[in-house]
Amino acid sequence: MIKVTEIKKSFGGDEILKGISTTFEKGKTNLVIGRSGSGKTVMLKCMVGLFKPNFGEILFEDKAISKMDSEAHRVLREETGMLFQGGALFDSMNIEENVMFPLRMFSNKEKPEMLLRVNEVLERVDLKNINNKFPSEISGGMKKRVSIARAIVNNPKYLFCDEPNSGLDPKTATLIDQLIQEITRENNITTVVVTHDMNSVMEIGEKIVFLKNGKLVWQGSNLEIFKTDNKDVTDFVYSSDLFKKIRSIQLNEH
Amino acid sequence: MLKKVFSSPTKKSVMKELILKEIDDLIIKSLGIVAFISFFVGGVISIQTALNLENPLIPKSLIGFATRQSIILEFAPTFMSIIMAGKVGSFITSSIGSMRVTEQIDALEVMGINSLNYLVFPKLIAMFFYPFIIAIAMFLGIFGGFLAGVYGGFTTATDFTIGLQDSFYPFHLAYAFIKTFLFAIILATVPSWQGYYMRGGALEVGKASTNSFVWTSIIIILTNYIVTQLLLS
Repeated sequence: MIKVTEIKKSFGGDEILKGISTTFEKGKTNLVIGRSGSGKTVMLKCMVGLFKPNFGEILFEDKAISKMDSEAHRVLREETGMLFQGGALFDSMNIEENVMFPLRMFSNKEKPEMLLRVNEVLERVDLKNINNKFPSEISGGMKKRVSIARAIVNNPKYLFCDEPNSGLDPKTATLIDQLIQEITRENNITTVVVTHDMNSVMEIGEKIVFLKNGKLVWQGSNLEIFKTDNKDVTDFVYSSDLFKKIRSIQLNEH
Repeated sequence: MLKKVFSSPTKKSVMKELILKEIDDLIIKSLGIVAFISFFVGGVISIQTALNLENPLIPKSLIGFATRQSIILEFAPTFMSIIMAGKVGSFITSSIGSMRVTEQIDALEVMGINSLNYLVFPKLIAMFFYPFIIAIAMFLGIFGGFLAGVYGGFTTATDFTIGLQDSFYPFHLAYAFIKTFLFAIILATVPSWQGYYMRGGALEVGKASTNSFVWTSIIIILTNYIVTQLLLS
């Protein structure tokens, strides 16, 4: 479980996060949604330690990051997996080396043992026989899956995903969403996904946090989001024609 | 930046591989261009010195002497380093800059890896082999000068060899390698800094590479002046 209390983050004079408090639950796919510029990615980067909040606290299983010593920090990093928007695979390494990288850095396993685990996770994300290919030789969807494989190879307790299905076709995007949800449930990990994709909200939004201008304006599940009267949320959810039509059908039924 | 480069070291077995890879990328892969440039510039120095010797009282051995002095004191250490600022420096800046732009550095940080140590330390260690390149540049420059001078009909092998041995101060070699060592540190750190702290996209990677070349060259030239003033004057 990850608990965020009153976090604020500014860059220069611009306050991007204006005191956000929420909880991300274990074994669930937690979504942070909102329009571009609402502070979703900044919040995610605060949680993974790329940005330091100006105010507030982030707690991992009730342990505050700011009070952790360097060893606890190191352990937390080892327990964290992250899927970046563009995959962030290392160009100079092939797929096998990319996925093996966290194991090489943090475990004392022999190479055959590491290779076994690499093939296991690659199989889990439905990728086979691409071990010797380089990131430049595979598609965007495959890159995302390799990135997921790298994020989970070390059995993390926390998985963070930044726009996991951006730039993907709807079918591949749905597969990536489902994969994230399955991995979350199988390993009982705390997953936080930043997205503005409504399909993801419908598919995997077990807990949804809605941000607007750096403030949390609504939280609930994917079942509740279609029933809320919060204007900011409804404006966001029904911004596409498809969802507008669904809304009008719902209203007619009632 | 340097403090972080030396803190939280990367696992030894991984670091060893990284250093070997950097030696290959930065040193071994530079040998071809260094050999080519040194050989022909040595030849040009020899020919130009010969063509400017109009006074019959000046001995032909001056061609060998001038070639040796030019190559050892300035061409090999300083001007070869400026050429390397273009080759090695741009490579370092663009490779680290691309990693910054594509969030690969963020990925390292999220994993708890000290990205500065992981990326810059191996380059710094690899550049300790840089004097080896400069030694080759010195040898090939003088050899090129010898071939151009002798086979171009400007001097004899005996005269050139006498010139090479004339007024030779071993300290000049020490001076050349002291500044080469300093240039090696500059060549590893300035481009790394430019790449690591850049922000933006692909266009900015290009700009950072250009800045890297400009600033590395300026710092090399200034360091050269200061070291020469301190050691030779």
